[in-house]
Amino acid sequence: MKKLLAASLLALSASVAGNAFAEPIKIGMITTLSGGGAGLGIDARDGFMLAIEQSGNKEVDVVIEDDAQKPELAVQIADKMIQSDKVDLMTGIIWSNLAMAVVPSATAQDVIYLSVNAGPSALAGAGCSPSYFNVAYQNDNFHEAMGEAANKDYKKTFIMAPNYPAGKDSLTGFKRFYKGELAGEVYTKLGQTDYAAEIAQIRASGADSVFIFLPGGMGIAFTKQYAQSGVGLPLLGPAFSFSQDVLPAIGDAALGVKNTASWAYDLDNEANKAFVEGFKEAYGRLPSVYAAQGYDTANLILSAAEKASVKDKDAFRAALKEADFDSVRGKFSFNTNNHPIQDFYVREVVKDGDTLTNKIVATAFTDHKDAYAAECKM
Amino acid sequence: MSLTLLIEQILNGLQFGVMLFLMAAGLTLIFGVMGLINLAHGSLFMVGAFACATVAAATGSFWLGLVASLAAAAAAGALVEILVIRRLYERDHLDQVLATFALILIFSEGTRWVFGSFPLYLDIPQLLSGAVHLPGGAQYPIYRLAVIGVGIAVAIGLYLLIGKTRLGMRIRAGESDREMIGALGIDIGTLYTLVFALGAALAGLAGAMVGALQSVQVGMGEPVLILAFVVIVIGGIGSIKGALVGSILVGLTETLGRFLLPHVFGLFMPNSEAATVGAALASMLIYIVMALILAFRPQGLFAANA
Repeated sequence: MKKLLAASLLALSASVAGNAFAEPIKIGMITTLSGGGAGLGIDARDGFMLAIEQSGNKEVDVVIEDDAQKPELAVQIADKMIQSDKVDLMTGIIWSNLAMAVVPSATAQDVIYLSVNAGPSALAGAGCSPSYFNVAYQNDNFHEAMGEAANKDYKKTFIMAPNYPAGKDSLTGFKRFYKGELAGEVYTKLGQTDYAAEIAQIRASGADSVFIFLPGGMGIAFTKQYAQSGVGLPLLGPAFSFSQDVLPAIGDAALGVKNTASWAYDLDNEANKAFVEGFKEAYGRLPSVYAAQGYDTANLILSAAEKASVKDKDAFRAALKEADFDSVRGKFSFNTNNHPIQDFYVREVVKDGDTLTNKIVATAFTDHKDAYAAECKM
Repeated sequence: MSLTLLIEQILNGLQFGVMLFLMAAGLTLIFGVMGLINLAHGSLFMVGAFACATVAAATGSFWLGLVASLAAAAAAGALVEILVIRRLYERDHLDQVLATFALILIFSEGTRWVFGSFPLYLDIPQLLSGAVHLPGGAQYPIYRLAVIGVGIAVAIGLYLLIGKTRLGMRIRAGESDREMIGALGIDIGTLYTLVFALGAALAGLAGAMVGALQSVQVGMGEPVLILAFVVIVIGGIGSIKGALVGSILVGLTETLGRFLLPHVFGLFMPNSEAATVGAALASMLIYIVMALILAFRPQGLFAANA
């Protein structure tokens, strides 16, 4: 009896002494941890978990499940998380097709979803939702930034992307800001690994530069084969094709390649220094843009949790929307459609000692907003 | 579109076809001799690539890596045959498909466990870097020409092995009547292990050569496996000659389709749409070819046991 009394007294004092809203938050993370795209999901997860650990907040419970990059599996996991795990928030999806399968039904059930990567145009425009926050970017953004940056040096670019929705968004985004002429526009098969035929076309096209959107293994294959072919035209792309997760596998063939992103490891701000150092120490490798986005997502959630209870959805949504956290990207705020307003940078692949990595060489956009916000009615 | 571009694309198609042949030859040999559908053939391709990348990274020599890829894939193949496949010969194809599909998962997750989820680095050897000038002014990478050369050498080697040697005679005998050659005192178990290891080694060789061009990552074998199945269905199951013709046909169709179809559609629609429609149709093209061939020759072009 004495023990019980002591214990309840202790519990009571702890709850009074602690933060007013230090109540448990249950987060469901669905991400890709197996298959060819696993590197991206693992980085996003590791960045996310690093922020939770650094905060020292013991009340956050993260349930992590692998979607194997399969939409049907992601939908099943989401149902399980919402119905039996009773998660308060969801996050983690890397691929747009999976996001389209999961996000609309999750937000319809009043679960708040925060995107660490995927940003399909449908969810930024007419399909936007007060419960959907994109902490990464709208899909077109990196490509738009490259289109804008290319205007300075190039007049005739050859553009190429895989034949799937994000590939088409990519080339649309590039063309939205690029003023030069196109030497060619090619859609490849998703997952294609041999680019000899396309490289021959690039050689014959009379282009002065090449823009590619080929994430993961596709980018590795293309960049190696492109370097071997000796075509030698400047190579441009969004950061996905030349991110930290694929650079070691491409090797020196990637040196000098220009790519655009909202983040680079050498961005000069305190939050980013703490992130890069912490990540290197915890995992023994350099973080990628996916890890940075995961880290920011976790910090956004933590910042909102200090202001509002996660059980009070409206208050929590409002707290999220304030985006009152130290982003590793420096400035960060939400537009009317809950998508970021942020800067975009041109990065160049360089060798830092023995490690290949990206350094910022220019700014492509300041306070850039996506093109779909006007279609969002909420 | 110029003639040099066309020549270059034909060479690209040949190179792709030859690479497919290395995969398809092993697959069709195993099916022809043992009557076994081996879905895990793509995993052996991956084993070859990982072995080559690891040894090349440790020693700095691509050539040692190539030897390692042959050895590792052959060893993995022999091991798999002895531990798993041997128990499946008498079972029906569904059991074989299930068991070898399980092997894919085991190989993939095992590789991830050992090497991690991030792709490995493997570059072409210094000796074969650079390009040669072809007649007509086109340039072509030496490494891809070398791949074509290796493929032709393997095709000739297999022809001699199967047509002219005692081992080849046994393989052919095993194909037509496995009980009879067992009765004649030939150790059919060892023969099967050998054939399986040979097919695995060819897949490993293909994996290592392609790994230097593409990315060495978990799951790299499965897309190739699907095409290799298309090849052996077109060529006639069990026939090496069919595998060769089928591979070249698929390689050329795939490459030239990807390159020519957008141009064809570009004649009567805007470029951006032509690129999309052309690309979509090009990715279907080999399956259309396969369907047409099967409609007229259901047993494939060169059926072994027809």
